[in-house]
Amino acid sequence: MFKWLHPLAKPETLYHFCGKLSPWLMASALFTLLLGNIWGLGFTPTDYQQGDSYRIIHIHVPSAIMSMGAYLAMAIAAFTALVWQIKTAQWAVLAIAPIGAVYTAIALLTGMAWGKPMWGAWWVWDARLTSELILLFLYFGVMALHGAFSDRQTGAKVASLLAVIGSINLPIIHFSVEWWNTLHQGATITKFAKPSIDPSMLWPLLISLLAFKLLMLWLTCVRLRTAILENEQHRPWVKQLVGKV
Amino acid sequence: MQSRRQKRLFSILLVIGLIAGAIGAMLFALSQNINLFYTPGQLVQGLGEGKIKPDVGQRLRLGGMVVPGSVKRDATSLKVSFDLTDDSGEIATVEFEGILPDLFREGQGIVAQGSLKSATVLAATEVLAKHDEEYMPPEVAEAMKGIRHVPPSQLKQSERSSANYGG
Repeated sequence: MFKWLHPLAKPETLYHFCGKLSPWLMASALFTLLLGNIWGLGFTPTDYQQGDSYRIIHIHVPSAIMSMGAYLAMAIAAFTALVWQIKTAQWAVLAIAPIGAVYTAIALLTGMAWGKPMWGAWWVWDARLTSELILLFLYFGVMALHGAFSDRQTGAKVASLLAVIGSINLPIIHFSVEWWNTLHQGATITKFAKPSIDPSMLWPLLISLLAFKLLMLWLTCVRLRTAILENEQHRPWVKQLVGKV
Repeated sequence: MQSRRQKRLFSILLVIGLIAGAIGAMLFALSQNINLFYTPGQLVQGLGEGKIKPDVGQRLRLGGMVVPGSVKRDATSLKVSFDLTDDSGEIATVEFEGILPDLFREGQGIVAQGSLKSATVLAATEVLAKHDEEYMPPEVAEAMKGIRHVPPSQLKQSERSSANYGG
């Protein structure tokens, strides 16, 4: 695997690799997003307890899962950047951070919109909600640290360190509903047991989950390409590329 | 060459290990405080190894299942009282004045916030409904669990007592 991965550490190769992937990711992301969300929001049966309000699950759960998935990807990139000092991994950290932050914000906002009619409160300082809010602040912290130093190298290093250390929050978010009494209910699909959701509601949810993952990959590819061009703008291959257009 | 990379690897792993350990110890020490609510069992028997019981007058949250048949409404005001229970079988009473959330039903999990009036009575200022992680269409719920969930507002008085429990 490493033999296959290694050439991708070279900015030029990665730029073209992402360029090749982008259109496929875009098409599949938009297709699954439309399919999953229209099916989930419009055509699934109502829930026996929550009626139509539960439908927001088709946005809330995929964005919440991918807010953690994006963080894990960012932390792995940051770890690679710190230990092996691969600059493309470093750029990937900053490429993923805002995408993950937006996913986290979507998860928090849809959660609030769901909590008000069902629980009776917009916000409760519950372990799950609080740890997810900390995740949002971790994303902000990574982005802010990146820009906080006049020396870009130092900023990148410190931001990567925060990204790696912040990954401790991921198991806390996941297990918060098991370790403590929380208002937030337990896991529906992210567990080893059978998902406790009816198949008619599960399929659109899984499609939406795939859609959010593809969307994240696509946006990462686009942002990474921009980052590569920006950082390599004085290299001959970029000049040649830009001159060609 | 090899050693410098290894040094970076180990120092980062060490930093992560130490911080994870520190946060783990912190969460362990705080574990009783992170719980959002007391259960009736914890209220009566005490919390954790020290069997610490909350004082009367203390502000806290209490969470549990609404005991079927225990909901008493005042005929002329919004005052309502109901009992909560959990796996331990202990019972605590909640007194509340206000509008209950839509999901409030007998047998439903709820979390009430307020101050403790006596050892097992909570004067609540806020009642939140807790729902479980199961989602299914009404027909499936009826077939699997024998539950017929109808919002209380749509029930006739005579059906009210039986609707949640298999009709």
